[in-house]
Amino acid sequence: MELVLIGLNHRTATVELRERVAFSAEQARTAAEQLRARGILEETLVLSTCNRSELYGVPPETTADSAAAMELFLASFHQMRPDELGGSLYRHRDLDVVRHLYRVAAGLDSMLLGEAEILGQVREAYRIALDHGATGPVLNRMFQGALEVGKRVRSETEIGTRPVSVAFAGVKLAERIFGSLKNHSALILGAGDTGELVVTHLRDRGIGRLRVSNRSAERGRGLAARFAAEAVAWENVSAALEWPDMVVCSVASAEPVLTRAMVERAMHARGNRALLLIDLGVPRNVDPSVAALYNVYLYNIDDLQEIVEQNKRARADEIPRAEAIVGEHVDKFLSWQAGVNASVVLASLRERLAGEREAFLAARLGDLAHLPEADRARVARLLEEFLDQVLLDPVERLRGERELRRKLQNLEALRDLFRLDQGKP
Amino acid sequence: MTNYLVLATLACYAASFGCYVRFLYAPTRAVGRAATFTLAGGLILHYFALIARSRVIHGVPYDDLAGSLSLFAWLLAATYLGLELVHRQKSVGAFVLPVVLVLFIFAHGFATPGSAAPPARGPMFALHVTLNILAYAAFALSFVASVIYLIQNRMLRGRRMGAVGWRFPALDALERLSRSSVGVGLIALAIGVTTGFVWAHRLLGRYWDGDWKVGVTLLIFAAYAAYLLLARTKTWRGARASALCVVNFVFVIFSYSIVNLYLSRFHRYL
Repeated sequence: MELVLIGLNHRTATVELRERVAFSAEQARTAAEQLRARGILEETLVLSTCNRSELYGVPPETTADSAAAMELFLASFHQMRPDELGGSLYRHRDLDVVRHLYRVAAGLDSMLLGEAEILGQVREAYRIALDHGATGPVLNRMFQGALEVGKRVRSETEIGTRPVSVAFAGVKLAERIFGSLKNHSALILGAGDTGELVVTHLRDRGIGRLRVSNRSAERGRGLAARFAAEAVAWENVSAALEWPDMVVCSVASAEPVLTRAMVERAMHARGNRALLLIDLGVPRNVDPSVAALYNVYLYNIDDLQEIVEQNKRARADEIPRAEAIVGEHVDKFLSWQAGVNASVVLASLRERLAGEREAFLAARLGDLAHLPEADRARVARLLEEFLDQVLLDPVERLRGERELRRKLQNLEALRDLFRLDQGKP
Repeated sequence: MTNYLVLATLACYAASFGCYVRFLYAPTRAVGRAATFTLAGGLILHYFALIARSRVIHGVPYDDLAGSLSLFAWLLAATYLGLELVHRQKSVGAFVLPVVLVLFIFAHGFATPGSAAPPARGPMFALHVTLNILAYAAFALSFVASVIYLIQNRMLRGRRMGAVGWRFPALDALERLSRSSVGVGLIALAIGVTTGFVWAHRLLGRYWDGDWKVGVTLLIFAAYAAYLLLARTKTWRGARASALCVVNFVFVIFSYSIVNLYLSRFHRYL
């Protein structure tokens, strides 16, 4: 029972190369079918995201170099020469494959440490492979373990909890002040790239109402349509400040767009309800002295960047705990694998002993021709019972004792000792 | 039997505390439910522990400081559970349960049940004391919420979220929780004080004989009523109202300790 993985990711390959070897869902299904049809792999799964393309598989026992065959297949599937992939591919075997997959599911191998999307992508890749019958007992066990690892790492560590992008940090800060954003509102001034990301996150978090304003009325209406928001005329921004709980500024302007006097007036008009100002502009769009106003929370791009850096460090501090969970599940897989291997060896041993018994009886019962047929049959049954009894205890112990299965990892010695491979092709 | 009930209650409260802390790190539905159910279990066991204690001392369980603290802990946990269900906000539990645990351990770890039976005082007296302690428990809950509010607000305004800032409940939720618990406290205190006046009139023939406890309680009522009125005004909304709530609780502690132990003639523990 061998496991093989070949693949490339953001660390080993350029984005151009990753684009060339990416698999759509349909391609992943076709590739899995072809790998099995050509006898390269017995079980297979293709995991393809924007940052990685990986082929997981269990080759037939007779295949000498399955990794090389998989590489050739990967190149030919994407109509490339093998040498175009060679330097960017990584290859893992057996437990290294398991460890690699578990680290991927945990977000430890991601470009953004601890990101959550990868677990969904692993789940989806597994679902597709399972639906098409491309996986078998080994990959099923391994991928179910990976999903468990991903869930545990995210619930038992803080590797994915704190925001590590400026846009998401802004939205999470809003939730620290207002709780659920469903009954709250935001005003977006201007539209930089980060500002757009903030809007996306606000929509994802269910923001109640969204308004947009831009210096160019036409562009403002365009943004409002794109964000499914209401447009506010630029000259009415000062009055519009009375209304939102959160204002996101991303305007190209040499002078502050929101002055202290404007915010002071707005706070008076809104009865000092809390106001979160996210200033993404450089130069800054909000007069820094606004931060001193009562119930105003002002964050500029540097503040958010600092929070992001702190959170990245906090995520990195969680790596040992996540690795420990990965290690625990790799051990579990190892134990399961050893159990399966041991069962196979014991079945072979039983088969061999049964053959020996037949030969023994044929040779020795000839000397006991004086015995009646019933007694001869009884001797044969007794011998069979004896063999069953001899094997019963080790079989039960192998099923029940994980430590024993670990000790018996290398079963080749047992195979050699009892000549279990004799007569096999 | 009492000891078993006390230990079982303690185990439930401790488990609930563990679950609430876990909920701050991993706010999953299962952990949240486990926290709420173990707290509810603790409340039921605590109730029977209070009943058992009453049987042992042949009287109400709040005639001494220890019994009163135990009832305080029970009412604090009950008030919190009620408000958690109303506001659907579980992240304050991690900060309330330690207070419940400390009060409970102090009440049952150092309690020496008196042997003399206190005079029978009737259901109106029981209602008077229970409602006043309920009011104090509700004020304690608003105190916890306000302290967390002030810490969280300081972090947000200082733009330093630190390691714990991301786990605190939202300011808005803390503000609502604090106002609700003060509302519960004021209603309980109003009824509790009224029943106290009626009971005093029946017993002594006058409503108030100048006892310190009554004066301080009325001051507490005025202070929390002022908080509730000011908390939604332009000037006080937010951190200032929370600071007022924290200051008000100093009066509650003063009333519960110094007044009850040294100053009051009619509200001393046995």
